Amino acid sequence: MTGTPAPPRTSPLHDRHEALGASFTDFGGWNMPVRYTSDLAEHHAVRQAAGLFDISHMAEFDVEGPRAAAFLDYVLAGRLSTMKIGKAKYSLVLAESGGIVDDVIVYRTGEQSFLVISNAGNRDAVAAAFETARATWAPASDASTGSATAAAAEVAEPTTEVPEPVEGTGTLAVTDVTDSSALIALQGPEARGILSSTPGVEITGTPLDELAYYAWTAGTFDGAPLFVARTGYTGEDGYELLIPTAQAGALWDAALAAGAERGLVPCGLAARDTLRLEAGMPLYGHELSRDIVPAQAGLGRVVAVDKEAFVGKDGLASGPADAPVLVGLVSEGRRAGRAGYAVLHGDDVVGEITSGALSPTLGHPVAMAFVAPVASAIGTELTIDVRGTRIPATVTALPFYRRNA
Amino acid sequence: MTDLTALSYTSEHEWIALDGDIATVGITDFAADKLGDVVFVELPGADSAVTAGDVCGEIESTKSVGELYAPITGTVVEVNDAVVDDPSLVNAEPFAGGWLIKIRVEGDLPGDLLDRAAYEDLTA
Repeated sequence: MTGTPAPPRTSPLHDRHEALGASFTDFGGWNMPVRYTSDLAEHHAVRQAAGLFDISHMAEFDVEGPRAAAFLDYVLAGRLSTMKIGKAKYSLVLAESGGIVDDVIVYRTGEQSFLVISNAGNRDAVAAAFETARATWAPASDASTGSATAAAAEVAEPTTEVPEPVEGTGTLAVTDVTDSSALIALQGPEARGILSSTPGVEITGTPLDELAYYAWTAGTFDGAPLFVARTGYTGEDGYELLIPTAQAGALWDAALAAGAERGLVPCGLAARDTLRLEAGMPLYGHELSRDIVPAQAGLGRVVAVDKEAFVGKDGLASGPADAPVLVGLVSEGRRAGRAGYAVLHGDDVVGEITSGALSPTLGHPVAMAFVAPVASAIGTELTIDVRGTRIPATVTALPFYRRNA
Repeated sequence: MTDLTALSYTSEHEWIALDGDIATVGITDFAADKLGDVVFVELPGADSAVTAGDVCGEIESTKSVGELYAPITGTVVEVNDAVVDDPSLVNAEPFAGGWLIKIRVEGDLPGDLLDRAAYEDLTA
């Protein structure tokens, strides 16, 4: 590591964004579109029609080997070994302390293979957590594999060939495949119709009209492998599409063209942030951090505490009982509390906002905040210190917005 | 169409249109683009005194909060109620319908106002 920060990376779709006139922002070490025209218009398009997001900054790891499922049960908070092939599951990478290193979505791609998608800014932290876990994870069968295991334990460069898994050995390959593909999110009520009508897209696995939420199917785009996951970060139905870098631009163009008459617009990170906030979804660095344990963020259900051993288990057992908890806050008017603003109960500061905005869909301010348990009950009347002005806010259940099923 | 070369600018991205001793003030298209969609503006009340360089209001977008600096010293004589009711005017017509306040200028204009060319250099 050097003291000089690396210049921000750009997506394989960067030329498309420039041609569309996007404004850019640095996010997680990447220079990504923050908006193309209007973040409000992009937000509304996703709620009412569809939006296309470049989320190629997100990191992807292939985890493969006969013990891949057992390894993920150890390195992640949830129980991944019981997932069926074709399914997706939200999970957490924990530190030994029980604090959150990252939140991830895990896709079971085979009996012995999984795809793990993590946040861009945590790519190195997740890779390091996997490496560290390899060292502390000691399944009985690993002892027999000797140096082969040690070699495979390294987080391989994208060009490194994944060893062929051999039944009965402890061979495990964790491969960072972020740079070999682009990730495109197609989100909104029109998403299925648009994807179905995008020229060149062929679904070869489960048909789209049978694909469950939090499941994935296989396909091709102009002959290239296309991974189609019915997941997202907007609170709407939709897909996340993993496509090799070489075909990414063509897929982006084809989807935009096919979706134009259905109201599809390209959307930037600004809209993505207000959409996920309305949907009550946490953002790492705001609602999640190494100083926050899952239960504080309302993610206790993600942790399979009855697993025999997993990274963070001991830390979680000894966590503080009176730690602040994540709540939703709603206010009237148009003035929103922002990340970092104090939350008060009477004259006592009881917490701090982690994300806040005037909700484009609801028309009033919403925020997520960590507050003391005593002030966290639904309906509790609090105030937000908005640059010196006290704005009333009421504790409310998350999410703020839920789509009609 | 507003003649942008006839306006004066500040390094805080306000524009000023001077007509006699009345200065109409708004924020530039550059500032509006940087903020994103403006959803809330708080402006000083009519008859309030403002001092050049001091914060006199706020402009909030979905993503951020920007402070409005008084570009000149004087008394606010008119507030654009239309932009308070519909803050998107700041994005849609930053140099026209999205104007914010009118100030009766007192004393000399600040010496550091920019002409169009200088402002374009600043934001290039």
